[in-house]
Amino acid sequence: MNAPFQPDSISLDQLELGARAVVAAIDWQALDSAESSRLRHFGFDEGVTVETLHLGPFGRDPLAVRVGRMTVAIRRKHAGAVRVVPTVK
Amino acid sequence: MNPLPLVAVAGSPNAGKSALFNALTGARQKVGNYPGVTVERKSGRLQLADGRPLELVDLPGAYSLEPASPDEAVTRDVLLGQQKGERQPDALVIVLDASNLDNHLRFALQLIELGLPTIVALNMVDLAKRDGLELDPSVLERELGVPVVETVAVRRRGISELQGALDDMLAAPRCGVHESVKADIIHLQRRAREIAAAAVIRETPVRRWTHRLDSVLLHPIMGPVILAAIMFVMFQAVFAWSETPVAWIESGVAALSGLAAQIIPSSLLRSMVVDGAIAGVGAVITFLPQILILFFFILLLEGTGYMVRAAFLMDRVMHGVGLSGRAFIPLLSSFACAVPGIMATRTIDDPKDRLTTILVAPLMTCSARLPVYTLIIAAFIPNTRLAWGVGLQGLVMFGLYVTGIAGALLAAFVLRRGVLKGGGGGFMMELPKYQWPAAKDVAIGLLTRVEIFLKRAGTIILGTTILLWALASFPQARPGESQVDASIAGKIASGIEVVVRPIGFNHDIALALLPAMAAREVAVSAIATVYSIDSSDETAAATKLEDRLQGRWSLATALAFLAWFVFAPQCISTIAVTRRETNGWKWPLFMVSYLFVLAYCAAGLTYWTAVSLGL
Repeated sequence: MNAPFQPDSISLDQLELGARAVVAAIDWQALDSAESSRLRHFGFDEGVTVETLHLGPFGRDPLAVRVGRMTVAIRRKHAGAVRVVPTVK
Repeated sequence: MNPLPLVAVAGSPNAGKSALFNALTGARQKVGNYPGVTVERKSGRLQLADGRPLELVDLPGAYSLEPASPDEAVTRDVLLGQQKGERQPDALVIVLDASNLDNHLRFALQLIELGLPTIVALNMVDLAKRDGLELDPSVLERELGVPVVETVAVRRRGISELQGALDDMLAAPRCGVHESVKADIIHLQRRAREIAAAAVIRETPVRRWTHRLDSVLLHPIMGPVILAAIMFVMFQAVFAWSETPVAWIESGVAALSGLAAQIIPSSLLRSMVVDGAIAGVGAVITFLPQILILFFFILLLEGTGYMVRAAFLMDRVMHGVGLSGRAFIPLLSSFACAVPGIMATRTIDDPKDRLTTILVAPLMTCSARLPVYTLIIAAFIPNTRLAWGVGLQGLVMFGLYVTGIAGALLAAFVLRRGVLKGGGGGFMMELPKYQWPAAKDVAIGLLTRVEIFLKRAGTIILGTTILLWALASFPQARPGESQVDASIAGKIASGIEVVVRPIGFNHDIALALLPAMAAREVAVSAIATVYSIDSSDETAAATKLEDRLQGRWSLATALAFLAWFVFAPQCISTIAVTRRETNGWKWPLFMVSYLFVLAYCAAGLTYWTAVSLGL
């Protein structure tokens, strides 16, 4: 199930620190089954607002992302599978 | 006889499930493993108001009934009545984090669909209030169709109300259970969000506590600095605080063996009790204070929520060798002792990540190796100063630690590309809210871990030390013959000597390698024993051990011995705990053999290099 093409979408790992965005689409194919169900369990879903809160000290990896009321840590590589549209402040 | 009614406590990770379980059952808990898997089964008893007892089981935290880890698979199987060694629960207590309802309600909805009698504990309502969130439990009751009780498990609030609800529920007749649950997660998630939004009475936007703390503790520069400081304090505590209790235990063990020597007439039995059981188990028990302090810190780091932050900070570094950030604290703890380190790997979700961490943990230089390093370095490495504040002896000691770390990283790298290839390696976890854990929860955690250490490792250690004693005492020497040479241990040592001769080890070392298995620092006392038995002459006996070593070992041999001990095959406690944590003999055997090979190669390489350099 893919969302309609969003020309202004970027991948979550490109999102600026402290910026908010709305999830446009998630490339489930890029993740293995445990990884994708974990992301679903964290509440990643189209239309959900996310915010990059912190970055790991080495190589800016992993990312701490707020999803709904939860803060989760995911690696840059997995964040790359999530397409988001930044919210205009 | 009917078994007790079984009530399962289920919930997502970080919902405060264990604290609620502790609040309901108190310290009377049984901790074991589910058969065939290394997933912990925690159960306890609870008395209902009418006097009926029931068994409460704390299911592993799960996000849904579609498992993404072995823990979650157990949770699903227990709930569906398909788990080996567990009957299907008669009722369910679902624990929810009040400030994370959007997410936790999804699992709750799935669980309620099972059709078991269910109560929802709306937990951590105090933290939700702190974050400016007020909820209406009656809305939840209406939407979910089950009783909802507000609780603050760590402060023991709402517990009697929860017990009352359990009473009422178990009094009602049981209805049937749906065997299969097929629900679309996305659909459940959306429904969960609707209910969560409906239950909100008031929400004041506040800058959350956790976020403020994280902006310091996860700061790119401050974060690692604070982590290093916390680890420094932890290690200071492990070594400094343990000195006094260790001294007590040592004098206690000495007093006990003195007493035993008086009571039991001079005989084989006395030798077995004093030299075998008391000496062997005593040597291991001496580590108990250090292990306790280490566990105390680990439990505190876990309970406050900092553990996950440490993993976050270190993930990139650990990822380089195929491990995850979760491996950091267990590996670091192994510098004090591999036993608590290996037990702490339970927090690693991915089975292969976890196994790799267990297998490399013994390469971290544990405190038991220090006496060996200290003795050999003092005897063979000249105390010269290389630069201001840098001595050669200290440098060698540092080198040994670094070699251990490098060895561990290299081993992890190779293992992750060899026998433990593929799978997970991912790092996806929730960063829970910070909170101060209740002293009672920390105490219960300490108690169960100490019990595991003493019981499981204790029985094996006792058995093995008696075996080692027997090997060293039989057959008994004829007059004029040395007991050491006459014994089976002596014969075995002669056999080992053939193998270790090429890497520069002599008969004394071969003999010390056996008891070193009981506890590494025993190698020192074993060498001391050999030399004191061998010298009948009084003045020679008074010579310092270091001086005697200098006379009998070449520098190349000493260096090879040090290199051996960096990798040395593991002590029995480590092997015992590895067996427990991996559920079988396969991995402990693998661990011992690969480390043996590494130790042999390292010692050989050191010896041959030293000899060719003319040392």
